[in-house]
Amino acid sequence: MAMSHQKTSSPRSEHGDVRIRAATLSDLAAVVALDAEDTGIAKPAYWKSRFEWYVGRRPDRFFLVAERQDAMLGFIVGEVRAWEFGSPPSGWIFAIGVSPDARLHGLGTMLFDEMCVRFRKAGVKEVRTMLAKDDRLIMSFFRSQGMMAGPFIQLEKRLAP
Amino acid sequence: MRVQVATRLALFAVFQLAADPSRQHAAAEIAQRFGISVNHLSKVLRTLGRAGLVEALRGAGGGYRFRGNPRRVTLLDVIELFEPVGAARGDQDPEGPSAEGRALHRVFDEIDDIARATLSSISLATMLALIEEARRTPGGPERATAP
Repeated sequence: MAMSHQKTSSPRSEHGDVRIRAATLSDLAAVVALDAEDTGIAKPAYWKSRFEWYVGRRPDRFFLVAERQDAMLGFIVGEVRAWEFGSPPSGWIFAIGVSPDARLHGLGTMLFDEMCVRFRKAGVKEVRTMLAKDDRLIMSFFRSQGMMAGPFIQLEKRLAP
Repeated sequence: MRVQVATRLALFAVFQLAADPSRQHAAAEIAQRFGISVNHLSKVLRTLGRAGLVEALRGAGGGYRFRGNPRRVTLLDVIELFEPVGAARGDQDPEGPSAEGRALHRVFDEIDDIARATLSSISLATMLALIEEARRTPGGPERATAP
């Protein structure tokens, strides 16, 4: 996934013919379609609520899209969150998606790097995410970005009926 | 987590070979670098060869060359050639499937799951990047995003 490119702190960044920019409400349909292509499940209501939460609301919430010639190729969603589980402010990545046809060209790395730029500008020094243990593809991607296990561990329990 | 000596040798050999797949290394060269016997390393390299991860080149200047895809081969792929990861522990319970044994297995299985998830998500390419990072920062990498 590694691909060298200029990091930027501008609201938009361009890497060759790929442009990364903040999402707008008009991107909703393309994100729903891309996510459905990736996961096999269309979740329009879920993504509508995520757009309402992330797009244009606050400077510490980020929804970025990657596009080439107005065709959406990928997206990444994250925000700065503070003091949950006793953690100082840190950047959380909640979702990333890249069109299967556009993979293995560094697009995920571009999105990840741009999100890190935004997080740094927002004043945080850590970036985190949470993954399914058996999702080797996405876990390998985040590992390739240098992410390692952090200081937290997720626990759960099935509730009695 | 501890791994057997042969597993450790295999990992170190693979790291060296995968760092430059176009270059071939003599077993003696690798053995000297890590201070190990050529015989021991040769056995390890034969196992890696049978798995298709390295190829032996004969003739003058022969040696071994990596032939996998560093972005696809994971630490788990290499380790499992030499020892099981997360082996079933049923045989270790002298009392059979007791409640104590089953409860203990749940805890051990949790540890095994995490170990397998970690080892299967780190490709050789990622590992080589970690090695480069360790070379640049001998005291250990900072836990922060890259500047």
